[in-house]
Amino acid sequence: MTTLIPALTAQARLRARHSEGCACSEPHAVLADRSDATVVRHAQVVAKAHAPGTPESDLTARLAAAAHPGLADALLAPLSARPTRLDDRLVTFWPYGTPVDRDDPDAAPWEAAATLLARLHRTPPALLPYPLPPMRGPEKAARAVARLRAAAPHPAASPVERAWAVLPAWARDEAPWPGPPLLCHGDLHLGQLVRAPQDPRLGRRLPHPRTDPHLDRPAAADRWLLIDVDDLGTGDPAWDLARPAAWYACGLLLGEEWTRFLNAYRAAGGPAVPADGADPWPVLDVPARALTVQTAALAIAKAVAAGRPLDEVEETFVDACRRMAAVPPDLAPTCTK
Amino acid sequence: MQCPKCHAPMHTYNRNGVQIEQCSGCRGIFLDYGELEALTRLESQWSGHQAPPAPPAAPAYPAAPAPAWGAPHHSGHHHEHHGHHGHKRHKSFGHMLFSS
Repeated sequence: MTTLIPALTAQARLRARHSEGCACSEPHAVLADRSDATVVRHAQVVAKAHAPGTPESDLTARLAAAAHPGLADALLAPLSARPTRLDDRLVTFWPYGTPVDRDDPDAAPWEAAATLLARLHRTPPALLPYPLPPMRGPEKAARAVARLRAAAPHPAASPVERAWAVLPAWARDEAPWPGPPLLCHGDLHLGQLVRAPQDPRLGRRLPHPRTDPHLDRPAAADRWLLIDVDDLGTGDPAWDLARPAAWYACGLLLGEEWTRFLNAYRAAGGPAVPADGADPWPVLDVPARALTVQTAALAIAKAVAAGRPLDEVEETFVDACRRMAAVPPDLAPTCTK
Repeated sequence: MQCPKCHAPMHTYNRNGVQIEQCSGCRGIFLDYGELEALTRLESQWSGHQAPPAPPAAPAYPAAPAPAWGAPHHSGHHHEHHGHHGHKRHKSFGHMLFSS
């Protein structure tokens, strides 16, 4: 990790065509540094080193989807169509976009998130140049549970395990999704939206903030796009709605925020839930449970590693798992009405 | 709450201020005392007949359905901003809603 960041930053600087020691190079802008991804920024270029062991063919197919003109109004387009290699890591380059403000819940772009997902879900996967691998939502949930099992014992682990045990095999990544495979993001949260730069495909010479200050202005309002194609693929589109659904069910989202999100998704013709009026929970229930389990499992694993107790919000997800085990999902949902 | 007919869990929904319990199994509906009258009143208003006084102003966003395993007191609370949810929402927003 320690050697990756300077090398990755140098790659971003080269891609931005800035000289070594230019004013932007201090300090490094490290946007993320986790075991599964390291992301740095130099001026208007973002370089992402993907998780070790990421299959090149999968990433190339996902990158091609993000670059496809048919998805220009849903996904941020990369700066290059193929990943490059930096030691053992695959690296991709992206234009920098302004993220959602973490300190302003009232400004969260729920309608934009829903509309972008609806556009994505409505795009036929056959439109894309390469067949996409499955959306990785269930795989990530299963990995979170594996991480919980690898952690030292914790009293909250057993309700989480029980909630996991009542889920159908596909949601635990033990069987393929049995429904029609639609195009899905696979890991929606508010960190996955950015306000895109004016031109998603930046010109060959990128603006330098010191010499072209006017080009550093915020992008046009409301041109939000989704980022992070690592989990993109085909599967159950309800998975993409299920994280906000789980936040709402666990009391983290207000009813009106959840309703705004759901209404905007329906208004944009999103196919994951039945049309207006019908209860969306029959299709949201399983993925929302899986994501609640995932959140609780990761929270426990992290708390154990840090030797700290669960905080109030983390306890909320464990409490939801306790209730889930008592009310198993309807494994053969019947049509309402 | 469990369905008196098939014993599956019942989910609470809020329709125009009226709490309705619907069974997740047989889809049967349970109404509390006075709720049938409240629904009849709403229906007669809808169909344009002379109706009893209007119910309190409907909220901009009627309570959305939530799953049986959701956190308690979801439906029917239209002042969430000042309640427990608002508190948890502010505590969780910056980190929980921005990570996998």
